This record gives sequence, structure tokens and C-alpha cells, in this order.
Amino acid sequence: MTKTAVSTTINGDAAEFLCETGETLLDVLRDRLDLTGSKEGCGTGDCGACSVMLDGRLVCSCLVLGVEAQGRAVETIEGMAEGETLHPLQQKFLEHAALQCGVCTPGFLVAAKALLEVNDDPSESQVRYWLAGNLCRCTGYDKIVRAVLDTAKDMRSARA
Amino acid sequence: MIKTKFKLVGTRPLRPDGVDKVTGRARFGADISAPGMLHALILRSPHAHARIKSIDTSRAEKLPGVKAVVTRDDFKLPEREDLVDICRNVMAREKALYDGHAVAAVAAVSKTVAREALKRIQVEYQVLPHVTDVDAAMKPRAPILHKGMRTIGAEPAAKKDSNVAQIHTFGHGDVVKGFAKADIIIERSFKTEATHQGYIEPHACLATYGADDRADLWCCTQGHYMVRNACAGLLGMEVSHLRVTASEIGGGFGGKTTVFIEPVALALSRKAGKPVKLVMSRDEVFRASGPTSSSSTDVKIGITKKGKITAAQAILRYQGGAFPGSPVQFGAMTGFAPYDLENVHTVGYDVVANRPKQAAYRAPGAPLAAFAIESVIDELAHKIGMDPLEFRLKNAAREGTKSSYGPTFGPIGLEATLKESKKHPHHLAPLGPNQGRGVACGFWFNFGGQTSVSLNIGEDGTVSVVEGNPDIGGSRASMCLMAAEELGVPYEKVRTVIADTASLGYNEVTDGSRVTFAVGMATIKAARQAIAIMCERAAKIWDIPAEAVVWEDGCAKPAGSNAGNFKPMTLAEIAGSAGSTGGPISGHSEATADGAGVSFATHMVDVEVDPDTGKVTVLRYTVFQDAGKAIHPAYVEGQFQGGAAQGVGWAINEEYIYGEDGRLQNPGFLDYRIPVASDLPMIDTVILEIPNPGHPYGVRGVGETSIVPPLAAIANAVSEAAGVRLTHLPMSPPRVLKAMMENGKGAA
Ligand code: FES
Ligand code: FES
Repeated sequence: MTKTAVSTTINGDAAEFLCETGETLLDVLRDRLDLTGSKEGCGTGDCGACSVMLDGRLVCSCLVLGVEAQGRAVETIEGMAEGETLHPLQQKFLEHAALQCGVCTPGFLVAAKALLEVNDDPSESQVRYWLAGNLCRCTGYDKIVRAVLDTAKDMRSARA
Repeated sequence: MIKTKFKLVGTRPLRPDGVDKVTGRARFGADISAPGMLHALILRSPHAHARIKSIDTSRAEKLPGVKAVVTRDDFKLPEREDLVDICRNVMAREKALYDGHAVAAVAAVSKTVAREALKRIQVEYQVLPHVTDVDAAMKPRAPILHKGMRTIGAEPAAKKDSNVAQIHTFGHGDVVKGFAKADIIIERSFKTEATHQGYIEPHACLATYGADDRADLWCCTQGHYMVRNACAGLLGMEVSHLRVTASEIGGGFGGKTTVFIEPVALALSRKAGKPVKLVMSRDEVFRASGPTSSSSTDVKIGITKKGKITAAQAILRYQGGAFPGSPVQFGAMTGFAPYDLENVHTVGYDVVANRPKQAAYRAPGAPLAAFAIESVIDELAHKIGMDPLEFRLKNAAREGTKSSYGPTFGPIGLEATLKESKKHPHHLAPLGPNQGRGVACGFWFNFGGQTSVSLNIGEDGTVSVVEGNPDIGGSRASMCLMAAEELGVPYEKVRTVIADTASLGYNEVTDGSRVTFAVGMATIKAARQAIAIMCERAAKIWDIPAEAVVWEDGCAKPAGSNAGNFKPMTLAEIAGSAGSTGGPISGHSEATADGAGVSFATHMVDVEVDPDTGKVTVLRYTVFQDAGKAIHPAYVEGQFQGGAAQGVGWAINEEYIYGEDGRLQNPGFLDYRIPVASDLPMIDTVILEIPNPGHPYGVRGVGETSIVPPLAAIANAVSEAAGVRLTHLPMSPPRVLKAMMENGKGAA
């Protein structure tokens, strides 16, 4: 099967890969670039475990083709911490014990970060609806929602 | 002696594997690859019940890039009886028994080639009549799944083939006499549909089988020793020749306590001589892993006018999929466990049907029984105008009660959870129109079992705990806490790792809410053994008897007549000089853990029912549960909340829907909808601590009890809000609306 060459940017760095035209961006990230932080929970856009940012937009990478990344910027969970320093959301998820098995966590973090970028003062129900595309089977969402609300509060007071 | 004063246990430090899991670095089942690795896919039966007349794989084998194909011919039926059904489930033999049953598998250089190869495998099926409903499967003329299957426990002995694999009975007293004494008797029938554990990570593994017949397997599982044991048995290997490493695990809830794809990957790797990666799709997880039973239950309970139960009886029928082993006996054992009963009798029918073989799901079997029984309890309380909590308190099991399944209870926390719920603000809060409040109790046994732990003191005074149970919800943090507590060192000085099967003795599966109890106890014992060794070393240095040394605050101290004579030695100092005092210092515990403490919970929930659509919204939820001792309270709360949320899904949304053709209609998260964040409120928790005398810190298991009460608690709340008793789960909008209409309720 012939492959297509794709040039893209991943977490700020230029990246190139060859992929089959039918391969999803998620497959490319995981199987070709060894960025396995994004997870496949369903492959059909229903669980959000594969959430990444594509040109600043939150997407399910299992619903994007690898070739669609050509010339665009992809951000994944691997790019969220700055070196040794965790993103405030990552830190709050740990403090609130917002993960049990942790397989949904990368997707929730990417999605929650996207929320706080457009709304730094979300209500509980805004958080719940924004995250409704991310499934977690372990936590019942309580601690996840608290962690996001608490991060937003801290980020606001840091800015004030 | 149960320890009651703690420095670290009961605090909430960050989990040691946390950074890996928030940065994407943690490696789950599908997250590793090997050089030269092949990709495998499984061909599955599209029929619910069919004779497999022939399988022709020749066209697939000829496709360039295909390296191995396996079918039933590659699996010999094992001699070990406990593996026969597993073998038949892993790869269909003479018949496919459910939609999704594996029929063949291929390994190829890419997923694309593997997909193409599947299309080239020709299977000739002779479609047979099928049955998926539990009551239908028990009918005299139902299609029989297994020729020669006779009901075990039938009286008189069964003379004909049947889909009823076994009948279990429990109880004591005389229910006939008990019912004769009753003033009020309520008798009702209930049904529940099958659900799936719904772990977000599909099953995944990487198998590497060498020409020397030694193999390595990496997989996501709740128990890698179980995987080793089963795979070795199915492939005819010796257990030591197969090393299994457990990946991080993305949820299990009981669903990863058996093997599905692992033996297939090993067989392919053996045939191809290359590493093979096999990952289930979500569709396969739904169709071909192990969902729960569906059930049909009749309950009859009699009480006096004053609210004392005189007799209680239940007949439970659980279909457990294509093979025997539904958890109906657990339903029959647990359903009446919260009550102190003079006369109780339960009968459980284990039924097979053309569905995937069920697997455990959190307190397997118990939520279904609790749904039926706690619904009748609720109705009886209302009938005599008694508060449902008061009614339960009046009949509650206590220390000394002979349980409905036989043993007599030691100290238990049911009464405490009921009393706590009575005075909680939730109980006193007002309700609006179309709203209802429900309560229910739940029970689970909990388990101990074979456990092996090593604890190594590093030369710089840091500590590693080596255990063999995959960390599914923060258990590494609990082990670090218990080890640090015993040793008197900071939490951060301890690291807990999960060893592979070659590195530690046998460990039972992460199930039965056993890990914090059994592995925790082993960790404490291993730490105590290391402490004894460290005291000996200090004694040697000081040249005093070992008995004259005590361990306090992370130091060996001279005691008795020697007290104050020598400067205490820290753990790090003793570790640093270990080379000259006798060598490396480690503690071990290898034992079968007895003394698991049962756990009870009471749940309280408020719902609102939309009279136009029948949609149920959960407004408020509070869990009251006895944890014995909460080692890391945040993760105990997490277990309570997670169980409650899964219960909400089971009660109002989730169900396996089969078509007339016996095929699963909704094998995806879009149509099998588990609760999302916007479906739920915050879930409040109240942790009670009635110590379990069987554990040095009083720990009871907590993971499973939390899913026992919600089905009933929500049904009780919905029944109040809708003004009609709901007896069929899930209480989806059409079902609720229909029940309301039939009873003249709801908006016409
Ligand atoms: S894997 Fe992409 S949404 Fe589930
Ligand atoms: S923590 Fe396990 S799925 Fe969310």
C-alpha cells in the first residue's frame, strides 16, 4: 500500500511521517510517532480518550485522518507539562485524586485545558457539559469536576 | 491487636504513579511495541448459535504479509477441567455459541493486511435456533446450547438436557411457618438487563513466543498470575516458561479477571515465530468479553404490622452467557445479608444462553439481588407507614446475627451506616414536585487469598515494596502508606512496584476488594520482618541481645536495661552498614490471607422524573459505607463514587439489546451509553470505620459494596417520584413512561 508523506507540527516541533491514507491521526501518533499518551477507548468518537488539539481546536484524533495533519499544529498530552513543571491541571488532578486507573486522564486534561482557554470561570454545569464527550468509568466524575473548578479558581487568582 | 493511632495512614498524599498518568508516560496494554512485531485480528461469528461445518484459511494464508493463522485446530482441549470452558470461549470449536464468538485469528505485517486476510477466511456455518433471554432459555422446548448438560443440584436428579447448569439454595428456618405468622406479605417479580463493566481501555496484549518454548506476555489484566496459569494450561506450557508482565490497567471492575485474547496472541506468536500484538476494538469488547448476567427474580417477604420480618424468600435466575458460572449463587447469598432473619430461603438458577460468557462485575451478582429484595423492603416499609431507614434498622443484621448465607457476623457496620444516613442533611432536605428519594442497603463478602510481597531496604535507606497485583485505582499509594507507617519513614521514601510473574510468588487476581486488605497485610508483615532484622543488626553493632532493641520512629533504640546507652540508629544508618552486618535487608510475606471483613453500605438518592418523557435525572447522591479503616481516604471515596456512578448507569441507561437474530444491536459507547459528566451530580460520601479484626489496621475491602445498593436505591426513588413501582431495569425513558401511563400517572 502506498504511503503519503506528511509534514506537521507536534507539540511545537516539526514532525514528518509516512502513513496510509486510511490511517487515523490517533494511529499515527501512537504507532508511528510513539506518542502513546493519547488513548484509543473506542475509535468512533464516543469516549474522548484520544483528545488532542488541532490548530487550537479540540478534536477526537480517532476521527481525524493522519494526512489531515499536513501543515497544521497538533498538541497532545505529551506537550502539556513544561519540562519538569506540570501544568496546573495536571497538578490539581493529582491533588484531588481525580484519576483511578488513569486511562481517561490524558483526554480529560487536554479537553479541560481547552475549556479553561475559552472560559476561565466555568460553572460546575459548564464543566460537566464541556467534558461530556470524555468518558470516565472509574471516578463518577466528582473529583475530576472539582479538580477543574479548583484549577480555574487558582488560575484566576494568579492573574488577579 | 488492631492499631488505631497513625501518623501517615488516613492522610491523602499524591499517588506515586500519578505523574506518569497525568503526562501520558504510563504504559497501558496497547502502549508498547516490539521490533518485528506483527498485528493480529480475530474473525468472529456473526451468528448467535451455529454449527461450524468447516473453516478454510488457505486463501488468507496465501496473502503476502500474513505470517500465521490459527483456528480451533491450534487449541487442544485442555485436561484441566477448569480450563475447558475457557478454551471453548477463547476459540469456538464445533459450534459458535454467541454473536462475536472467536472463530479464527490472523497475524500479519500490518493491520491492513490482517483485515484483508480476515475477509479471505471462509467459514461454513449451519445456523441453529438461539435463545438470549433468561426465562426463555429455561423453557422446556428452548434451544439447548450444550448437549449432555444436566442440571446439577436438581431434585429429583435431572434426566433431560437443560440450559440450567446448576441450582443453588441457601437459608435457614422455615419460611412456610414464617409466612403464616406475617400480617402483610408482598410478592413481586423483577427483571434486569445485562450490562458491561465498560472499562475505557479495551483488552490488549503483546506476546513473544521463542523457538526455545519460553514466552513473554505483556497485557492489561487484573491478575497476571491468573493469565500465566490459564495461558500455560491452554498452550501446554509449564508456568515458569511463561513470564507475564502486567501493564498499567485502564479499568477492569472484574471484566479483566479471565483471558480472552492472550492465548490467541501466544498461539499466533508461536506459529509465526515473531512478537504479536493483539488489541480488541470497542465493538469486540462489547460482543466478546464478559458482560454481566441478565436476570429474572421473584421475591416474597412477610412482616408483622409492627414491621418485623417473619419470612423472606427469593428465586433468582441469572443467565451467564454461553457457559455455566453465572454469579447467581452470590446473588442468592448476599440479597438478604443485611437482615436478621429467622426464616429465609433463596434459590438460584445458573442458566446458559447465546450470549458472551459473563465475567465478574464489581460484587458479581449482588446488585441484581439487592435490586429485587430492597425494592420489596421499601414497599413494605411504605405500606405500614414506616420510614424505610427505620424499617431497615429494626431488622438490621448485627454482630452475632446468623447471616442469610450461613456464617455468623462479627463486628459489622450496617447499623452505623443506617444511623448516619438518618441524621445526614440529605435525609432531611425537602423534595420538589416529580421528585423522589430512595434508600437501599448492600453487602459484599470481600476476599483475601494468596498473596506474596517483598520489601527491600535500599542501601541509602529508601524502601521498595514489590507486590504482584496490578494497581487499578491507587493501591500503590496505599501500600506506600502502610510500609512507611510501619517503618517510620516518610511516604516519599517508599516506592511500590508491580512485579512480573517470574519475580514474586503467586498472587491472586486484583478482585474481591482484596488488595488493600490482603496485599496491605502482607506489606505490613514484610515491613515487620524487615524491622526485626534491622533490630538484630543494631543489636549486633551494639553487642546487646536483639530482644533489647525496639523500633520507634524509624530508628532502632536500645531498650530495657540498655535504654539510653547507645545512640539510636536510623533505618538509613542500619541500611548503609548492612554489608558488614550480614548483608542485604528484606522482609517477606507469603501467605493465604484469611480474615477479610465484610462491608455494608447504605445509599441515598434523589431523582426527578420528567412526566412528559419518563426521563430520570439524578439530583443528589450520598454513599454511607463501612471501610474498616480508610488507608488513603481520597481513593476510598473514589471507590464509593465510582460504584455509585456505575450503579446509576445500570439503573437508568445501560443495557445489552439483542435483535430477533440474536445479534447485539448496540456494541458501542454511542448506543450503549454509560453516564457522562453531565448526567451526574457530585456524589457525597461518608466513610465509617468499624475495624475488621482480621487486619492489623482494621481494613475491610471497599471496592465492590458500592455498586450493590444503587440499583435498588434509584428504583425506590424513581418509584416514589413516578408514583408507580418500577420492576424492570434499566429504567429508561420509554419504560418509565409506559409504567406511568399504565397506572394513569404522567402527562397524557
Ligand atoms: S478513541 Fe477517539 S473518541 Fe474514543
Ligand atoms: S480513571 Fe479510569 S476511566 Fe477515568
